[in-house]
Amino acid sequence: MAIMTDGTVPARGTSATKVAFFNDPKVRSLIFQGLALALLVFVIYSAVSNAVTNLSNQRIAAGFGFLDQTAGFGISQTPIAWSESMSYGRAFVIGLLNTLLVAVVGIFFATILGFIVGVSRLSPNWVISKIAYWYVEIIRNLPLLFQILFWYLAVLAAMPTPRNSYSLFGLFFANQRGITVPKPIFEAGSGAIGIALIVGIIAAFAVRSWARKRQAATGQQFPVVSTMIGLIFGLPILAYLASGMPVSFDYAQQGRFNLAGGMTLIPEFVALTLALVAYTAAFIGEIVRAGIQAVSHGQTEAGRSLGLAEGRILNLIVIPQALRVIIPPLTSQYLNLAKNSSLAVGIGYPDMVSVGGTILNQTGQAIEIIAMWMGCYLTISIVTSIFMNWYNARIALVER
Amino acid sequence: MTMPNAPTAPVSFTRGEILQAAPPPASLVGPIGWMRANLFSSPLQALLTVVGAYIAYKLVWTFVDFTIIRAVWTGADRDACLDEKVGRSVGACWPFVWAKFGQFMYGFYPLDSRWRVDLTGIVAIVLLVPLLIPSVPHKALNAVLFFGAFPILAFNLLYGGSIINPWLVVLGWIAIVAGIGLLVAYLMGRADGSASDAILKYGAGALAVGVAAMVLVRSGMFAAPALPVVETRQWGGLLVTLVVATVGIVAALPIGVALALGRRSKMPIIRFLSVAIIELVRGVPLITVLFFATYMLPLFLERSPDAMVRVLVGVSVFSGAYMAETIRGGLQAIPKGQFEGAMALGLNYPRMMGLIVMPQALKLVIPGIVNAFIGLFKDTTLVSIVAIFDLLGGMRAGFTDPQWASPVTLYTGFAFAGIIYFAFCYFMSRYSIFVENRLNTGRRR
Repeated sequence: MAIMTDGTVPARGTSATKVAFFNDPKVRSLIFQGLALALLVFVIYSAVSNAVTNLSNQRIAAGFGFLDQTAGFGISQTPIAWSESMSYGRAFVIGLLNTLLVAVVGIFFATILGFIVGVSRLSPNWVISKIAYWYVEIIRNLPLLFQILFWYLAVLAAMPTPRNSYSLFGLFFANQRGITVPKPIFEAGSGAIGIALIVGIIAAFAVRSWARKRQAATGQQFPVVSTMIGLIFGLPILAYLASGMPVSFDYAQQGRFNLAGGMTLIPEFVALTLALVAYTAAFIGEIVRAGIQAVSHGQTEAGRSLGLAEGRILNLIVIPQALRVIIPPLTSQYLNLAKNSSLAVGIGYPDMVSVGGTILNQTGQAIEIIAMWMGCYLTISIVTSIFMNWYNARIALVER
Repeated sequence: MTMPNAPTAPVSFTRGEILQAAPPPASLVGPIGWMRANLFSSPLQALLTVVGAYIAYKLVWTFVDFTIIRAVWTGADRDACLDEKVGRSVGACWPFVWAKFGQFMYGFYPLDSRWRVDLTGIVAIVLLVPLLIPSVPHKALNAVLFFGAFPILAFNLLYGGSIINPWLVVLGWIAIVAGIGLLVAYLMGRADGSASDAILKYGAGALAVGVAAMVLVRSGMFAAPALPVVETRQWGGLLVTLVVATVGIVAALPIGVALALGRRSKMPIIRFLSVAIIELVRGVPLITVLFFATYMLPLFLERSPDAMVRVLVGVSVFSGAYMAETIRGGLQAIPKGQFEGAMALGLNYPRMMGLIVMPQALKLVIPGIVNAFIGLFKDTTLVSIVAIFDLLGGMRAGFTDPQWASPVTLYTGFAFAGIIYFAFCYFMSRYSIFVENRLNTGRRR
């Protein structure tokens, strides 16, 4: 503390020079935020005014009115009914459904393959772990679009013509025009099977939670897994038999030049799904490996000294702890897969970006289409994050 | 008890030295033991080993057989690569790659100007390699040259036009911004009495230099020493891949730092804006950002910028948002004591961040930055969707050339592009691991 020349100490809170107003942190923060806000307003204002001028020059009416106009283009994969006389709006919805389809199928298979890759990398078998290592290295170091094109142009194009399709048990066929599988035909009364499936799943989980509570209270165990499998698969089969077998399959027949009947997955879908699954599985494999390695070896040893079998050590001790490490990065891989499905546009799979791009080129409504894309992807991202966060919170370590 | 006739030899035998350990059974050591432990520990493992080895052998052999053993190395057109003309089953058609090599590397860059691309590449390597090797000194100078001077030089060489003007423009803008900053500081200093005339003098001087530079540029005085302009639509191939990836990552750093600091700021409006930008960009695929930059940006501006510039803006914003999260991770790893220490020393915010926090945080996230670069390098393939021909786009264009149409052309192109992409990404990922291990030395026990 400064000593004044007359020997007194200045009173607390006063100083020789007054602090200028802009050196007050509060005022300064207000100034900066005001500047940022002013900049933002200016950018938005100039963008909007330019857009208005440019759009009126190009004679494009802003707004979503174009969604009701007739589209007039064909779409190669339509989960819901489609004809060229339908509207742009419906075309966009079909694109959205195709995106969701490839994302869900991709996530399902990528998770399975990813876990296999991750466990293989930790396998004591040298050959298996080396194969998994090089799989991860090669896949992760090649661009995804390259891989999609490779599957589409190089692998599927090398398939035989429909005349000489590869066939598996006479049920599944693969050729240049895609993969043909038996097509289920639902007749009247097949709704009962769906209801039975839902009831079975609910009952199975009810049994599981009852069995857990009973085990926690009394220590008595219950054959949960076999009961669950019985309920989930048994009830629909019972319903199927009881309602007079209303579901039949339309099998593809090898004709002279082409396959007849069945349900064909278009090659774009097959190539995109294969590439997305292979690519994402490499990343998931690394996440799974890191997750398992994060469980300290002492846990496994403790399990052994308790006399648990290896399978139970894995199921009861290692996996629950590894999942805590795995889930958060796994979420971002799922989101990446959903976003990467937009590369479909590179091979013409009619996803949201591809269909939207066609609409954009026909109508010139760039702002609306891009806003719809971003809105849809953001919604998908947020819904997936919310679900995975909920799941993560469920399995998270419960601490005091 | 004694025996009178006993020999003088000792009655009992005690070994003086320890018996040599018996060698382990031959089945547990050496190659056989290793194989038993790692390949054939159980019937299931043995089966997996055999099946896995067969699949691996098949894949590797197919690749080697196609790219080397059955490959054709010389030829003038498709006839060299057709089974019926050669008289055997043909593998990779390398003459196709030799013929298209220029297109794969430079796109449609004029033949007589390609030395400019080569020169840019050489300068980039000369500046980048010492920057990447930790033991080489003068890192600061090196970084200034690579991040400050090299981009202007690269613009000079790749785009062309006046050689001096770009330097003057950059110098002029820096001087103007510095001048205005100093003048504001002087005005603020007057309010609390700490203003010095030196600041006023330097500020006015810088402003004058900046304005003079701009006037010189406008006057066209230095238009003379110039290289012929090569429009960006003539660029292509690996050149575009590298330009997009490099510009993207270099621009992503300042954007990322700004957004990361904004996200951790205590000012609600700044924080909200940063979070909104980061989450919006990270929530959508790169291709929609590229569509935004290509189709929507021109609507928002008075004059539509060059197609390449639009793509670069999109890529920079996209990678900037991801970089922000990487850098935020580094910032969160800095202990609070570092911030408090800086504040206790009386440092203001820019100094605290610039001198204490950022150097530590950025060092921590170097592997993250390299990984971001790998991701961006792979993502540049997407520009071919908005009609800019990168390496992959050039490869696809090459397939359509009837002069080289043969059954193996497609696979040759994929093999060549695949090897290039893999070589770049694999090298960078090794480098990232190397840096990570180096940074971990202090924490390792």
